[in-house]
Amino acid sequence: MPSFDAIVIGAGINGLAAAGRLAMAGARVTVLESAPAAGGMANLAHLSTGIDHRIEKALDLASHGLEWAEPNVASTALSASGNHLTLKGAFGESIEGTLSAADKAAWTALRRDLLGNAAALAPFKEMTPPRLARDHGANIWDLVRNGLALRRMGRDRLREFMRLMLINVHDVLEDELGDDRLKGLLAFDTVLGHHAGPRSPNSLLGLYHRISSRVQGRQAALALPRGGMTSVIAAMQKALSTRGVTLRFNAQVNTIRVDDDRVQSVTLANGDTLTADVVVSALHPATTLMTLVGAPQFDTGVVRRVQNIRSRGTTSRLTLKLKSMPDFRGANLRTRLVIAPSSRAVEEAFNAVKYGAFSPAPVMEIVIPGAFMPEADSDGPTLSALVQYAPVDLRMGWARGRGAFLKVIMEQLEAHAPGLGALVTSADLVTPADVAMRYGAPGGQWHHAELSVEQMLFLRPAIGMAQYSTPVRGLYLASAATHPGGGVAGSAGWNAAGQAIAGGGAA
Amino acid sequence: MSRYDAIIAGGGHNGLVTACYLAKAGLKTLVVEKNDWVGGAAVSRSLYPGFTYSNCSYVSSLLRPEIMRELELPKHGLQIIPYEGGAVFTQDGGYLAMYRDHDANRREFARYSQRDAENYDRYSRDVLRHCRFIRPLLLRTPPDPTSFRPRDLSELAYIGKKLFDMPEEDIYAMIRFWTMSISDFLDEYFETPVIKAYLAVSSIIGTALGPMSPGSAYVLLHHYMGDVDGNIGAWGYARGGMGSISKALMASFVAAGGEVRTGSGVAEILISNGRATGVALANGDTFEAPMVISNMDVKRTFLKHVDEKHLPPDFVKSVKRFKIRGSSGKVNIALDGLPTFPALPPDSPCIRGDLHFTDSIERLEHAYDDWKAGRYSRDPFLDMMIPTTTDPTMTPPGKHFMSCFVQYAPPKIEGRDWTDADRDAFGQTVLNQIEQYAPGFKNLVLHAEVRTPRELEAEVGLTEGNIFQGELTFDQLLFNRPVPGYAQYRSPIDGLWMCGSSTHPGGGVMGAPGRNAAAEILRSLKKPAIMGDAYAVL
Repeated sequence: MPSFDAIVIGAGINGLAAAGRLAMAGARVTVLESAPAAGGMANLAHLSTGIDHRIEKALDLASHGLEWAEPNVASTALSASGNHLTLKGAFGESIEGTLSAADKAAWTALRRDLLGNAAALAPFKEMTPPRLARDHGANIWDLVRNGLALRRMGRDRLREFMRLMLINVHDVLEDELGDDRLKGLLAFDTVLGHHAGPRSPNSLLGLYHRISSRVQGRQAALALPRGGMTSVIAAMQKALSTRGVTLRFNAQVNTIRVDDDRVQSVTLANGDTLTADVVVSALHPATTLMTLVGAPQFDTGVVRRVQNIRSRGTTSRLTLKLKSMPDFRGANLRTRLVIAPSSRAVEEAFNAVKYGAFSPAPVMEIVIPGAFMPEADSDGPTLSALVQYAPVDLRMGWARGRGAFLKVIMEQLEAHAPGLGALVTSADLVTPADVAMRYGAPGGQWHHAELSVEQMLFLRPAIGMAQYSTPVRGLYLASAATHPGGGVAGSAGWNAAGQAIAGGGAA
Repeated sequence: MSRYDAIIAGGGHNGLVTACYLAKAGLKTLVVEKNDWVGGAAVSRSLYPGFTYSNCSYVSSLLRPEIMRELELPKHGLQIIPYEGGAVFTQDGGYLAMYRDHDANRREFARYSQRDAENYDRYSRDVLRHCRFIRPLLLRTPPDPTSFRPRDLSELAYIGKKLFDMPEEDIYAMIRFWTMSISDFLDEYFETPVIKAYLAVSSIIGTALGPMSPGSAYVLLHHYMGDVDGNIGAWGYARGGMGSISKALMASFVAAGGEVRTGSGVAEILISNGRATGVALANGDTFEAPMVISNMDVKRTFLKHVDEKHLPPDFVKSVKRFKIRGSSGKVNIALDGLPTFPALPPDSPCIRGDLHFTDSIERLEHAYDDWKAGRYSRDPFLDMMIPTTTDPTMTPPGKHFMSCFVQYAPPKIEGRDWTDADRDAFGQTVLNQIEQYAPGFKNLVLHAEVRTPRELEAEVGLTEGNIFQGELTFDQLLFNRPVPGYAQYRSPIDGLWMCGSSTHPGGGVMGAPGRNAAAEILRSLKKPAIMGDAYAVL
């Protein structure tokens, strides 16, 4: 078993996943986190689409306290008139509410196809992206093998799969379904966390990314961890400590020292210097390479590519403390509540962000954890909402814009839950600008780098760095900006550690 | 009743190209066309005394040189005259000039930004590289990636080899380019809004996408991959209007022994026992042939002119969801004299090129937002040209013909049909925009023809008025065009073929679909190869 020193920068889900895998390979691992606690941007999420199954198993998270308060959260497409639609089970196994028989049948068929296509893509998410060149044939066979495996779905299904590969979700919904509530919900799920509208070409991939994940083996399920998303992180921390990983908090890394194109050490803000054979950074690649290492260490082509990584965040998180449980016109609060009246409404909400403004009629998903876990509500119910869209660089400025954006969100909430405003005792709005500041994520993008096709697979996070490695030997990238992107799954960190172990133990 | 070897339904330029090749191969070929003239959207029409209008397509670049050569179009009277670049007028009274000469452009960019001028070299090099990869694919039938037939496998291998022959980083750069938005792409090179606006428009012309829509960068290629006399990316006028292309094709066809019947279109494609047997025209005439090749778009062909009972239900479903979206209109104007644009220096050659008034990508994107909401753009993008500055044969001396391509215009206005009042208001929006930059322009207008998607569909037969016979998005390109499983110019019906822009590689006055269809047909008949390179490969 190799033995070497490894430093992981950032104790978010990917940093922790990388640390776990490195430790299991025999490395002495130190995780450096600038904040006083672990979790990073995982703290922004309020539901889980599942932890990478390899991590869940290898680190045995269940025995370290990971527990689901509800492993299969239903979704309610809210209607302003109270005519809600509830999708029960994973990705709407059954639908409750008034829906035409034609739409029910169409949904059954569409759901089957989408889940099938997403499942076929899951192996691509796990693999390390191949290099496309003749002299690097080794891991291209993973791609070829996964590609050939697609043929198993049969010719007609494969043709349909390829047609839908780079299509926009709006067209698919318009082609197949009639009900605006259902289409609105699906359009919202597709673009949540992305800088895209339902009509943006390629947008369907956003939905595939989401519904290819599994919770307890159940594809496309949404789960609420007992104790919230922080408990996922807590379980990871416990698992790591049993494997001897050291976590240092309030440890801000200022520089990564490189000599002769090889990583040497990292220096903290307090002046401490730690040497290591391997440094794995779960920070945004631009921060890692341009700020911590420094642009002068790289060729202009590399600098340009890193600077061109697009990271436009669009999602905000709103947390409201309430005096009592709200009433969304009778909607079951033990579900995820979605305000997205139609696919067109989601697209119109997206329009604003293209011009540096927030949506005048935002779309959002709402979770009230106390409805699932009464113990969470010792000081009154909390309402947590993920709201789209707002740009990181709001043209009117966030100092002025914060109040205005909060106002339109509250209007949207009030329209669906009359009287809600009067219940609010405190409101905390985390805008993309806040995310950028608080978590050091340039652009405040939830996937660090936008999860768009031109930044996927061997193009993620940038040309020449898709195998988690960098031009600096011993320095690896493990952030959500690497393949396969974010979503509090840890896959990127896990894969990155694998590459570090294969390529860069003690040299 | 007459018998033919092949009947082409629709005399657009692609139909004529297919017809020429079939006739040259010795087939007794008939072209039937509903209008009294041929050419489809490549026409020259006299709509005002003494004036020739290119009233649909208006410039040429994409017409494949192989077709020009093999069909001897210059001999049949076709002449393409390259024109000088163009200009964008800015709202603050300035302008950005574009020239044919790279260095002249570079100097012009430097007026705005030294950095942009320097990056223009890198930009041009990168785009040209992407063009070089795609150009040879235009005249090849897309392989079916789900098939194990030797031809499909070897064609896939050919593309794979071409791809893997490139340096590794170029492969990535190209895949990236194909999938990103033109706005994001240009941001990686340029900082000046008006420069980005000028370069971005090639990515949206004819499509129902905005410059910020992913995939729009590919459409840029679609407008750059042509050439005039070997100059990749150059554009030119057809002397005598775009109809000269159709006229030359028609002459080539007739010289090869082909027959054309105009004035009555196909009412029904006749099918018996799963085989095409001929066509019945609207005027009651019927013609028999073992092969019918439809130049009409895929929706029109199969939803209007083929009885649904002959088609597999899955195919009909696919055709129904094929996206043909009208996104543009046209205003064609007869002018009493050349308008003056005070921003432009006198004697600037740019007046002979394409003139725009949209000086930022955001304005373009806003125009697209209007389209999404079912409205025509309040501040539309105009691609305005005055071809008579280069080709005086189209008007009386001293007079001019002006062609304005206008985007965006939806096929329906907020779900209802266009009315004449809508059309007139749409036309006024265009005239007002020009007047703003050329005071006194309106006084020069002798006649204006305003064409919305409604008029384009009614006259040319383009469903929804889409100039490409179908959106150029990835779900409808290559082996997906027009529908998966039928990308090789064939249909579910034996003997019924497709040769319009709904098929690979898509629209523009390119002729490639027509030539590719002919190659497939001749191959299926085991006829000797009468076309070079692409056909000879297998």
